[in-house]
Amino acid sequence: MSRGSFTSVALAVGWRNVHNYFTNPAMIVPGLVFPLFFFTAFAGGLSRVDSVPGFDYEAGYTAFVYGFVLLQASAFGGIFTGFSIARDFESGFSRRLLLAAPKRTAIIAGYWIAALVRAAFNVTVVTVIGLIAGLEITGGGLDLVGLYTLALIVNAAAMFFGSGIAMRLRTMQAGPAMQIPAFLLLFLSPVWVPYDLLVGWVHAAATVNPITLVLETGRGFIAGDPVKVLPAFAVALGLAALTALWARGGLRSAERAA
Amino acid sequence: MSGSTLAPQVGMLARRSVVRTFRQPAMIVPALLFPLLLLAINSSGLESATNLPGFPTDSYFQFALAIAFVQGALFSANSAGTNLSSDVETGFLNRLSLTPLRRVALLLGQLAGILALGMIQAVTFLAVGLVFGEGIEAGVAGAFVIIALSLVISLGFGCIGAFVALRTGSGEAVQGVFPLLFAALFLSSMALPRDLIETDWFRTVADWNPVSYMLEGIRSLVITGWDGEALALGFACAGGLAVLSLAATSAALRNRMTRA
Repeated sequence: MSRGSFTSVALAVGWRNVHNYFTNPAMIVPGLVFPLFFFTAFAGGLSRVDSVPGFDYEAGYTAFVYGFVLLQASAFGGIFTGFSIARDFESGFSRRLLLAAPKRTAIIAGYWIAALVRAAFNVTVVTVIGLIAGLEITGGGLDLVGLYTLALIVNAAAMFFGSGIAMRLRTMQAGPAMQIPAFLLLFLSPVWVPYDLLVGWVHAAATVNPITLVLETGRGFIAGDPVKVLPAFAVALGLAALTALWARGGLRSAERAA
Repeated sequence: MSGSTLAPQVGMLARRSVVRTFRQPAMIVPALLFPLLLLAINSSGLESATNLPGFPTDSYFQFALAIAFVQGALFSANSAGTNLSSDVETGFLNRLSLTPLRRVALLLGQLAGILALGMIQAVTFLAVGLVFGEGIEAGVAGAFVIIALSLVISLGFGCIGAFVALRTGSGEAVQGVFPLLFAALFLSSMALPRDLIETDWFRTVADWNPVSYMLEGIRSLVITGWDGEALALGFACAGGLAVLSLAATSAALRNRMTRA
């Protein structure tokens, strides 16, 4: 098994998915529309919240919401790639792919490439709209590299998680099983106000939710005041590693069924 | 055709529509689960917003409860549209057009499914509001008015879904309209009262958005008690939407049955 064949399978799978994505508006819309809704509705409708006592984020409320929406857009790029994998199984394409690919982990790598492209597209659109809406990123170049690297690691973790589900269940009916855990993990964090202003059960959930750390670090990068950088990257990479193992298990399950 | 034959036709189609809705957990569960999930997360996550001067209550749960009713109604649009588009795609509507069935019976029958789902949602959200909230300020009568307003809102959005289904005959088109309806909810006074919205363009959009008044109608009964103006505006917007979308659906049905 040469490195060349691994790369060629990964690139072929990635290219096919990217092509399908950009030629099918029904695939573009869901992953993009919801982050944009949240951004518009909450950066515009809730901007007064930054005058609540204890709200101490210097970069402003639009930047605060952008920090969340960036992660959401990036994660959705990964989760919705899981939907594409499920669709490929339903149509029978994946079965043929499994028979043809000399190194099957290259298939996951290919879907990962597609997820990265989808996330990059989502993030670019959200960022452009944010800048038009008055988003001010006060972080420097290095902060931005940290911010978008973190977002792309989250994208990879979401994609591995989605692919693990899709390859085990091999049906589009598995959509909610991919979407709901990702939705809960994202929303049970300091989404609209800083962690210290959360109350009740969401505060308790945010305390143990690893996304809280990632989100706070991302917001720190946006404001040019990064906090807990190493723990956040460790958590994000840890999630990506765990979900990669989950995806590998999913691939084995699909191989047995093929 | 006399009224005596219309009633059994409506009854049969209404039964079909209601049974069909209840047999699809994939329709009912998200329509109940997602509004409750958003309510649970927002009410805890945004509790500190009640510290803003002028915020009408000290419980964000009470404020956010109205969102569940309107968000649930948006799912009615999806449900009604998906069911009707399936009838178009499978040829069921074509076969019906060959029978002496009256169009009005078909329309009323379809609406029964929308209203059944709307009723389940309204009672569920109300029960959650009573268990986890601080009660309904307008009392028992207010609770019934909330259910009535909620059903009119469900009818209005449900008819939009049915209209799109009849015009396009495509389930994908119905799914495509769903995010647009969500935009209407998000660009309203959903998260804060209109007078506390700081961003000018957003406040203007919320002022012109009828969904703001539907939310405020329900919200007034939960938080304030009996507020005639808020209720009148809420029912006027919901009723206006229901009348317009019903008329559009009726015209689309006439067109669809003629083509068939």
